[in-house]
Amino acid sequence: MAPISRKENFLKGIIKENPVFVILLGLCPTLGVTSSAVNGLGMGVATAFVLVMSNLVISLVKNVIPDKVRIPSFIVIIAAFVTVVQLLMAAYTPALNEQLGLFIPLIVVNCIVLGRAEAFASRNTALSSIIDGLGMGVGFTFALTLLGAIRELLGSLSLFGYKFIDADGMLVFILAPGAFISLGFIIAIMNWMKNRKRSPH
Amino acid sequence: MDYIIIIVSAIFINNIVLAKFLGICPFLGVSKNTSTAVGMGGAVIFVMTIATIMTYLVQHYILIPLDIAYMQTVTYILVIAFLVQVVEIVLKKVSPDLYQALGVYLPLITTNCTILGVAILVIQNNFNLLESVIFAIGNSVGFTLAIAIFSSLREQLDLADLPEYMQGIPAALITASILSMAFMGFAGLV
Repeated sequence: MAPISRKENFLKGIIKENPVFVILLGLCPTLGVTSSAVNGLGMGVATAFVLVMSNLVISLVKNVIPDKVRIPSFIVIIAAFVTVVQLLMAAYTPALNEQLGLFIPLIVVNCIVLGRAEAFASRNTALSSIIDGLGMGVGFTFALTLLGAIRELLGSLSLFGYKFIDADGMLVFILAPGAFISLGFIIAIMNWMKNRKRSPH
Repeated sequence: MDYIIIIVSAIFINNIVLAKFLGICPFLGVSKNTSTAVGMGGAVIFVMTIATIMTYLVQHYILIPLDIAYMQTVTYILVIAFLVQVVEIVLKKVSPDLYQALGVYLPLITTNCTILGVAILVIQNNFNLLESVIFAIGNSVGFTLAIAIFSSLREQLDLADLPEYMQGIPAALITASILSMAFMGFAGLV
């Protein structure tokens, strides 16, 4: 792999290798919590924190852990940070914690976190692992907030809890089917833009 | 009667994939053809039932007596990872046929969030041991049902003439949306 600059390392997680839209990892929380923009943002920030911290610790201890037990060790490190997030959110943002519920402990099994640990942090320096985690975390947060905003806008005609039209939206977008269909169309639009850039006619 | 309600609600009304959004990764990843989808479903039924019993016992006989319930996430994921390994080794020895059928899916299950999700839900809902087992069976059957239906739809989708940007994941997600809408029709059942 050719060495890439810090800026590139950070930016790749946001658009080119966006964990949700391009690599399609971590779809459970993506679909599960994005019934509003605030929920998406909260989940994204919580995941980003776990990503950065676990990337940092794993890149520091990568030479100490024997190769054979590396995956279980990574999972324990990740689970420890998830517990930290869980306790912090229960203490400081109880309402959001209630909303996100089950999906906070499930950050442990979010494929993005383990994926970056295995693919990046286990073979790079601490600083570039932090940058990678930050980029991926911002990309994930961006994706979740976007999806949450679209669903909230269509479903209840409001954004970040601020209601500008006093009418009912299309309830289906808040419910389960709306999550699948919104994400499907976002990915289709991204594919369409990518194709158009590649072959202009 | 309560048990029937738990089962029906877990399979149809609060389907773990289509209503609760757990296990989307295998739902999209292993659903290209029906036989692998059913194989994955079988492995999930098997592991989820055992894992729920194990985590239930760990919660009530280790974590709560020692007053360390905040260690739930770390403990559960270790128990599940350990269990999957044990199941793999035991199956290889005891029933090579079953191992042949489920073998490739077992390692994938550790990171399947349905297992950890159901283990935590059981504790949150304050189920007793029997209710937990029934809840686990119901949810894993619900997962299998959803992934089996979805994979047969996707087999048909491969033959459809779609624009290039819709092929693959976008079309699959929109199909899943319609399937999820269909499952909403069960909402008044219980």
